[in-house]
Amino acid sequence: MGQFIVRRTLYAIATLFILSLTIFLVVRLTGDPVTLLAEPGAQEEDLAVIRKDWGLDRPLPVQYAAFVKNVLTGELGQSFNYEMPVSTLYFQRLPNSLELALAATLISFLIGIPTGIISAVRVNSVWDHVGKTVALLGLSVPGFWLGLVMILIFSVWLGWLPTSGQGGWRNLIMPAVALGWYFAASLLRLTRSSMLEVLRSEYIKLARLKGLPAFAVIAVHAFKNALIPVLTLAGINLVIMLNAAVIIEVIFAWPGIGRLLYEGIFQRDFPLVQGIVMEAGVMIVVINLLVDILYAYIDPRIRLTR
Amino acid sequence: MSITLQSAYPLLNRLRLGRDLPVLPLAILVPFVLIATSANVIAPYDPTEPIPGAKIFEPPFWSVGGSTRALLGTDYQARDVLSRLIFGARVSLIVGVMGTMVAGSIGTLLGMLSGYLGGWVDQLIMRITDAWLALPAIVFAIFLATMVGPNMWNIIIILGCVYWTRYARVIRGEVLSLREREFVKLAEIAGASSTRVILRHILPNVMNSTMVLASLTIGVVIIAEASLSFLGVGVPPPQPAWGSMLADGRSMLMVGDWWLTIFPGLGILLVVLATQLFGDWLRIRLDPQQRNL
Amino acid sequence: MTPLLEVSGLRTHFTSFGGTRIVKAVDGISFTLNEGETLGLIGESGCGKTTTCLSIVGLLPTAARIAGGRITFGGQELTEKTSREMRRIRGRSIAMILQDPMASLNPLFSIYRQVAEPAYYHQAMRGRTLRRRVQDLLAAVRIPSPAQRMRDYPHQMSGGMRQRIVGAIALAGGPKLIIADEPTTNLDVTIQAQYLDLLKDIQRDTGVAIIFVTHNLGIVARMCDRMAVMYAGKIVEHGSVRNLFNGARHPYTRALLGSITRLGSKEPLYAIPGQPPNLARLPSGCAFHPRCPDAVPRCSTEEPPEEGFDDGWTVSCWRAAAEPARKEYDRTSA
Repeated sequence: MGQFIVRRTLYAIATLFILSLTIFLVVRLTGDPVTLLAEPGAQEEDLAVIRKDWGLDRPLPVQYAAFVKNVLTGELGQSFNYEMPVSTLYFQRLPNSLELALAATLISFLIGIPTGIISAVRVNSVWDHVGKTVALLGLSVPGFWLGLVMILIFSVWLGWLPTSGQGGWRNLIMPAVALGWYFAASLLRLTRSSMLEVLRSEYIKLARLKGLPAFAVIAVHAFKNALIPVLTLAGINLVIMLNAAVIIEVIFAWPGIGRLLYEGIFQRDFPLVQGIVMEAGVMIVVINLLVDILYAYIDPRIRLTR
Repeated sequence: MSITLQSAYPLLNRLRLGRDLPVLPLAILVPFVLIATSANVIAPYDPTEPIPGAKIFEPPFWSVGGSTRALLGTDYQARDVLSRLIFGARVSLIVGVMGTMVAGSIGTLLGMLSGYLGGWVDQLIMRITDAWLALPAIVFAIFLATMVGPNMWNIIIILGCVYWTRYARVIRGEVLSLREREFVKLAEIAGASSTRVILRHILPNVMNSTMVLASLTIGVVIIAEASLSFLGVGVPPPQPAWGSMLADGRSMLMVGDWWLTIFPGLGILLVVLATQLFGDWLRIRLDPQQRNL
Repeated sequence: MTPLLEVSGLRTHFTSFGGTRIVKAVDGISFTLNEGETLGLIGESGCGKTTTCLSIVGLLPTAARIAGGRITFGGQELTEKTSREMRRIRGRSIAMILQDPMASLNPLFSIYRQVAEPAYYHQAMRGRTLRRRVQDLLAAVRIPSPAQRMRDYPHQMSGGMRQRIVGAIALAGGPKLIIADEPTTNLDVTIQAQYLDLLKDIQRDTGVAIIFVTHNLGIVARMCDRMAVMYAGKIVEHGSVRNLFNGARHPYTRALLGSITRLGSKEPLYAIPGQPPNLARLPSGCAFHPRCPDAVPRCSTEEPPEEGFDDGWTVSCWRAAAEPARKEYDRTSA
């Protein structure tokens, strides 16, 4: 067990190292970041000042060391525009993103899990076809377009829901559906396949042989086993939704992390963009590591075989 | 002789084109490709210029605000929506296909190297794959597009660089088992170089998986391009792309100009739906064991 | 005395390809079982043994259905029961033990919970009584310190222990009949022998009847009173174990006995030339004739009828009457 945790942690550190190097190099090598920061048409002297202020005149290894130091101290560098540490801005927005992501997770659960279970229990029935259709639409209807169409229908035409901003559940429902839509489809697919696999197992056969009611077989014996991979996916999805809801947050003017990233792009605030991307990467790597360890803790078979 | 036969291209044999073709996906994809490739012939107007002497038209064309001059209406700059949709299809097709090809090439190559060479090469490539996967694809794409600067060819490269990871993982897994097969062992014993083994014996046998993954990636790439264009870091205006049309339409959504939002979105929806269905068909056809790709 | 279980003319068919093809997995079999008796159901894999068992407990896969015949258990006609009524019989009056002890326990529930379920649902036992009952059951299958072990989870137990726990689950409802479908295939040799002894002891104590499904004749010789030999969905020979072992009348039974495996051997017996037939495309006449050493032209055209002898011994073979039972069969030829 100890060895397993050490190995996984080393992998996570290696991943973060490569990630930080990638982000660092992309910013420096794909163009001059100074031209991003400066006003268009700025003089060469102005550029030199900015370059010096931001340490961009130093050799790359020195710059990288400074970048890593910023990550390790948790500051993630200074935002050019806000003149605040990126991490402060990030954590200011985090609760809003969390609110939206939790609501979207709830939506994806409500759509994905029951449909997935019914599809698996009644394979090839009408219900299964409904489930397959939902899964297919989840992948092919872009969530942001769904959001626009909902605004058109529920705000513009019917006038039932506000188009943007934060407030009660009426503000939350449309962005949550738009964001949760894609993830509902992925949960549906996983629930269905996981449930099908469990229903074929010998222990489900034995549960039936015991003469248990159908409800007890499916809802207790099968569901609990099928739920483990589904919950894992939902946990990882939540972290992704926190950081990747850029367009949805822009459309609904939701003051979350995605919108912060968007603002960073348009204010040409490359330290902010770079910092948010790095922070998202760190969060996902850490959550994945925790999930792996938790899994191994729950299931002894994993820690012995991997 | 049977050895060379075994490693010969199995893709064409298995496709058996013409037998139970997927009707619905092809009914969408064939017109889509035709429209996209002949855009400059069939589009009624220049998509970047207002219709000469026209005001804003609303669809449907038979209604009061409509006109047969613009069947699907015009946007707020009096540009013909139909023409913009047709040229937007071209952007989606080019970015979708080429972005997928870039992703497929990078991913297949790295997957083969990782699986066949093993050792530190494998470790390095897999750690890079992990790092790439740690970022949500769309965030990574936005980041790259912001840094590199938007134009269509950059977007193709960027999306290729973002979506190769799935290929690398799947192909690596396949190569690990292919490596143990007889025809590969025999080629090695016969003194073939690594390059030759990979190109002559490994590559033909992983093409099936690459094709299936590609068919499933195209839709993802098309949506990603639309997202980038919507945010203004994709295909730059005035070139019409479905994503930037949606962004234009958004500002007019509040006043009820529904056609600017509905039509480009339906375009994305139909094309992506068709590629997904086609991908499912291809997977069943090429992958009798129905592995999860 | 009326038998505990009477299966007569049972036919179970699988339909595939939208009903265009019918596979007769069980094709008109009959046998009886008295209380406290043990019947061995023998045959190569795919001959319909498991389908027979699943027909009795009413848990056929969706593609299969009972096409004819009757299953009478304790005076009740099982083929006419609704699924709800069958559920009350399963686990209470009829229990079944599956082959794979590793896979038949739910990894996420404690041993206590899994053993308790039949008593909880069928006898409405709760609390202290239920706990007492589970301890007794675990003690009956010789789990050491049951009060402690019942809090454990399946992965904390050895294979032999898990299979004994599956046995305890089978006993939990107080059944009159246990169907054991190759219950020892995946166990080590010594554990196999222990397990078989345990089943014997349980049978002596409770008087439960057992149907033992196996392809291992060593187990049959050790465990069973009577045996029924199945081939291609039919019972080709049925009689007391002693009679059949002393001189089987059917060439297939003789071939099986000729290739007898030792108790504990994991290999499926396989010394009969040729493959077991594909049930979807059965040969004409007697299904065994292409592999039969004694076949005559008639065997390939006409299906042999079932013929009765003393002691409830029945055989379906054209050559059986002409050929008296051979006491010595050539063991080396196999």
